Amino acid sequence: MNATRIIVAAAVILASGSAVHAADAPPGAASCSGCHAASPNVQTPVPPLNGRPAAEIVSRMTAFKSGERKGTIMDRIAKGFSDEETRAIAAWYEQQK
Amino acid sequence: MNTSRRQFLKSASAAALLPMPAIAQSAGPKVVVIGGGFAGASAARFIKKANPAINVTLVEANPTFTACPFSNGVIAGLRPLRAQQFNYEKIADAGVSLAFQTATEVDAQGRSVTLRNGTKLPYDRLVMAPGIDLRWDGLPGYTERDADIMPHAWKAGEQTLLLRSQLESMADGGTVIISAPANPFRCPPGPYERASLIAHYLTTNKPKSKVIILDAKDSFSKQRLFQNAWAQLYPDHIEWVSLSKGGKVNSVDAATKTLKTDFGEHKADVANIIPPQRAAAIAQTAGVADRSGWCPIDPVTFESKLVPNIHVVGDAGIMGGMPKSAFSANAQAKVCATAVTTLLAGRTPVEPRLINTCYSLVAPDYGITVAGVYKPNNGLLTDIEGAGGVSPIDAPRENRALEAQFAEGWFKTITGEVFG
Repeated sequence: MNATRIIVAAAVILASGSAVHAADAPPGAASCSGCHAASPNVQTPVPPLNGRPAAEIVSRMTAFKSGERKGTIMDRIAKGFSDEETRAIAAWYEQQK
Repeated sequence: MNTSRRQFLKSASAAALLPMPAIAQSAGPKVVVIGGGFAGASAARFIKKANPAINVTLVEANPTFTACPFSNGVIAGLRPLRAQQFNYEKIADAGVSLAFQTATEVDAQGRSVTLRNGTKLPYDRLVMAPGIDLRWDGLPGYTERDADIMPHAWKAGEQTLLLRSQLESMADGGTVIISAPANPFRCPPGPYERASLIAHYLTTNKPKSKVIILDAKDSFSKQRLFQNAWAQLYPDHIEWVSLSKGGKVNSVDAATKTLKTDFGEHKADVANIIPPQRAAAIAQTAGVADRSGWCPIDPVTFESKLVPNIHVVGDAGIMGGMPKSAFSANAQAKVCATAVTTLLAGRTPVEPRLINTCYSLVAPDYGITVAGVYKPNNGLLTDIEGAGGVSPIDAPRENRALEAQFAEGWFKTITGEVFG
């Protein structure tokens, strides 16, 4: 984790205390953990989303949506979300532990 | 988990109701969840997670959950039934009270649920996730007792093992007949995945045998993908008879394992009857099911359109474009959990988006999917246009193998999230 991210994370924790993890997921986000395991103990080839940089999630989703990146299923799912919705979901997952 | 809770769990079947230790009971709002499947167990867990001050009680008759997804693999001899089974210990550890009992009554006016042992559970909000009942009045000649001879195997457990053992005892050259119902029913691609995996077993073990699907429909989920794969993998082992070709089974005779259609009679060596279904009886008792037998809901909160303060998630609901799948049930439950905690806090839930993903195995290394993204529209959960759909029909075999691996990953992930 780089310095900026530590500062951002610390600021979020300070701002909202233990409520960070209880914050409501933005529309669509709750469904993702059906395939992207929230627990690191699950053995699956599907990559986790928790704690992943938002920019990385957004760029993957954008590439799936445009067809630039081939997927088995994410290309079909990414098309269901606007750029704004995708950004909100990505920002929320970045904050999840 | 502390010792006293563990002891409570161990004596679960005897004690039936597991009260939380007195110290954990707070003056917070009370939520009761009926049904401990993918929908109900997810709802209970996520409500507790979102607001630990809420007293959440999960009512479920069976201390062991047997998952339906992947149970076709058990029927085909690819995995043991225990790989399908989960318990509620981790859910109890998360602070959810468990009542291993059958809910017999819902008093919507007085806001309480009555259990078979007489216990009354008051609620501020009730989440109903009772799943399905098989309609024993839905197919002439097929009674509950006949399921011992012609299993439905549409609720995983003993029925799954019965169908497995019948396939094992069948002589080579036998005919397996699957009777598939009209829509709507639990797991729309299920009968076709089942036919596929049974055919996989037959081609490797009893190659002179075959599977016939007698269908009350002219089309089915992932149809082109299944038929394409059958032509490649099981050209001599699967026959699908559509409604318009006389596939609809009008009655059955268990004594002779005979299935009757408008066009004639089919004699089976192994008969798998998947009868018509409806929301489980408690949904009818509570008044949340309409004349269709299923439960209409508000697509933002999953609150019943018929009875206030009761939410319905999972297979029992009328979910618009969302199919009756475990993924859908879990996704709905998480949205419903947020809606329930938001409403209890006196706020208004935001409009949700939901995803469904549904894997089917045509062979152990051949997976196919259907996916969808949904939003509320005119009071129903509606497909977002341009998104979702099925695996490409012309995908290379490597993709099918990848989807089979992802299917396994999905099962581990969802059961981990709900029960792990």
